[in-house]
Amino acid sequence: MAKKLDLRRFPGFLPMTWLCLFLLYAPLIIVMIYSFNDSNSITQWGGVSLRWYKDVFWGLEAEKFKLAAIHSLIIAVAAATVSTTIATMAATAMLRAGRFRGKSISFALINLPLMVPEIVTAVATLIFFSTIGFTTGLTTILMAHIVFCVPFAYLPIAARMQGIEDVYEQAALDLYATRYQAFRLILLPLMAPGVISGFLLAFIISLDDFIITNFVKGAGIETLPTAIFGAVKQGIKPNIMAISTLLLLVSVVFVTLSYLVGRMGQNKK
Amino acid sequence: MENKGTNSDIAVDISNVTKRYGSFTALKNVSLAIQDNEFFTLLGPSGCGKTTLLRSIAGFEDISEGAIRLYGEDIADLPPNKRPVNTVFQQYALFPHMDVIQNVMFGLLRLGADDATAKARVGEVLELVQLTEFANRLPSQLSGGQQQRVALARALAPNPKVLLLDEPLSALDLKLRQAVRLELQQIQSETGITFIFVTHDQEEALTMSNRIAVISDGKVQQVGSAREIYEAPGNKFVADFIGETNLIDVDVKDVKAGHASCILPSGAAFSCHAADGARKGPGHLSVRPERVAVTTPAKGLLQGTATRAIYLGTDMHIEITLTDGEIVTARIQNSENTHVPNIGETVGLNFEASAARLLVD
Repeated sequence: MAKKLDLRRFPGFLPMTWLCLFLLYAPLIIVMIYSFNDSNSITQWGGVSLRWYKDVFWGLEAEKFKLAAIHSLIIAVAAATVSTTIATMAATAMLRAGRFRGKSISFALINLPLMVPEIVTAVATLIFFSTIGFTTGLTTILMAHIVFCVPFAYLPIAARMQGIEDVYEQAALDLYATRYQAFRLILLPLMAPGVISGFLLAFIISLDDFIITNFVKGAGIETLPTAIFGAVKQGIKPNIMAISTLLLLVSVVFVTLSYLVGRMGQNKK
Repeated sequence: MENKGTNSDIAVDISNVTKRYGSFTALKNVSLAIQDNEFFTLLGPSGCGKTTLLRSIAGFEDISEGAIRLYGEDIADLPPNKRPVNTVFQQYALFPHMDVIQNVMFGLLRLGADDATAKARVGEVLELVQLTEFANRLPSQLSGGQQQRVALARALAPNPKVLLLDEPLSALDLKLRQAVRLELQQIQSETGITFIFVTHDQEEALTMSNRIAVISDGKVQQVGSAREIYEAPGNKFVADFIGETNLIDVDVKDVKAGHASCILPSGAAFSCHAADGARKGPGHLSVRPERVAVTTPAKGLLQGTATRAIYLGTDMHIEITLTDGEIVTARIQNSENTHVPNIGETVGLNFEASAARLLVD
């Protein structure tokens, strides 16, 4: 039995795996390695050094990147907070309100941003903001981020809530809790790992976004991804590799955290 | 709406309750009067509507028609948190992130008790269910039996007017179940709280309850004490569902003042008690297997051939096939003195008039 299902016996899977791994990760690994390059060239190896990391924090462009990083962080925290709140409410309505009119439509609408091409959303959002005469800036970025972060926050929250039987809330109601108390004292603590996981996911999605941000950001306002893009347009310098490596590290840490928190308490019972 | 005097000893008055889910009717015009301080059981097969009825009393289901009164007060439109009744859920539904004390205290705090009063009451209830030493554990650190008792303590703590129990023993193993039955009964009599207990297990119902309502197909089939239901089943369903019974086809000649005269398949005339509503014509006689005696063909009311013997330890089940093909089971004690017929042996079957009852189909 086990022999027949051995993955190594599936023809063609091994080369395909290597091809995928190579295409996905070779560029990342090269960027990471060359971020430690002690040379002005991005292709020639000149020995190991932290020179470009120093350049990122204290070099000529440090102020520009620092400001962009702060913008990114503010937007990511705010967007993740708001979208997680919205997603929690949406999940509660979808999973705890029984059947209601427009339920399937609501479900589709919540998850639609995952399907709509980002460039379409970006253009549409920009047109929308300029039509209503909204000055682009941090606020417009934030609003756009909240919108596309909702489905990412929704997924882990809904998955978690689905695993919690509603009998706990019934027990709370039976024991004289109001609906709000049943939510706050019982459902919310039980689904907290899902909420945290959703928050972290939304945070990282917001932090990494380029396309929409690039369209709706005002003149002179940069987030880390747009700042990197701007720098790259003037020629790739090794400091970009250092910044990219740092951003990659932050992403990996948050995604891992999100995964671990989401799994918390899952294997109990 | 003062309704004292005649009705004050009725804890829960369910009158003409109907519950529909779309085209499916779960409860059909159910009426029950559950007495104060009673251990009342709703017994029936799964899907019969017993849990729906319990959930309607708790407030988790809106009834389509009828009224539910709690000590005279109509509660049918109140949300669950406004009804002074508490539930022990089938799967306990203990709050997994709270320890035993916090679980038991939950209802008291929601009712506005201060911390000290609530703690004192929690201590009392935990003592009642013998869980004092587990007070600081989380539900996941308790065994099934202990969790069941926490669920009981949590529901008892706010001192409900009526305690609802939804098959609370079904998740326990047999030995534990038997012990908890006695404990539940004792707690009921100690607290004086009216218990409404839902089960599909007839043994559970028979051993614990003051009165039982047998429910099937959304309707109350019979209400009575364990003895009444077992010994005087009102209809075929009740006779068949509670314990085992033989249903013998008879031709009813006459029914008068609760007595029926009928002709057995063997042609012998027989007269016995008749359930309310029994009529002339073809009918069914219920005789419990333990009341059927195996004797010689000449002495028997019915004659047949022993076709199967099932060994049950303390008893033996003998299946006798009558001449018309019907099978009657006799339960005889496993002792040296009883004659066990051989397979293929022609025997007679006897039963007293008091053991038989003409049923309504």
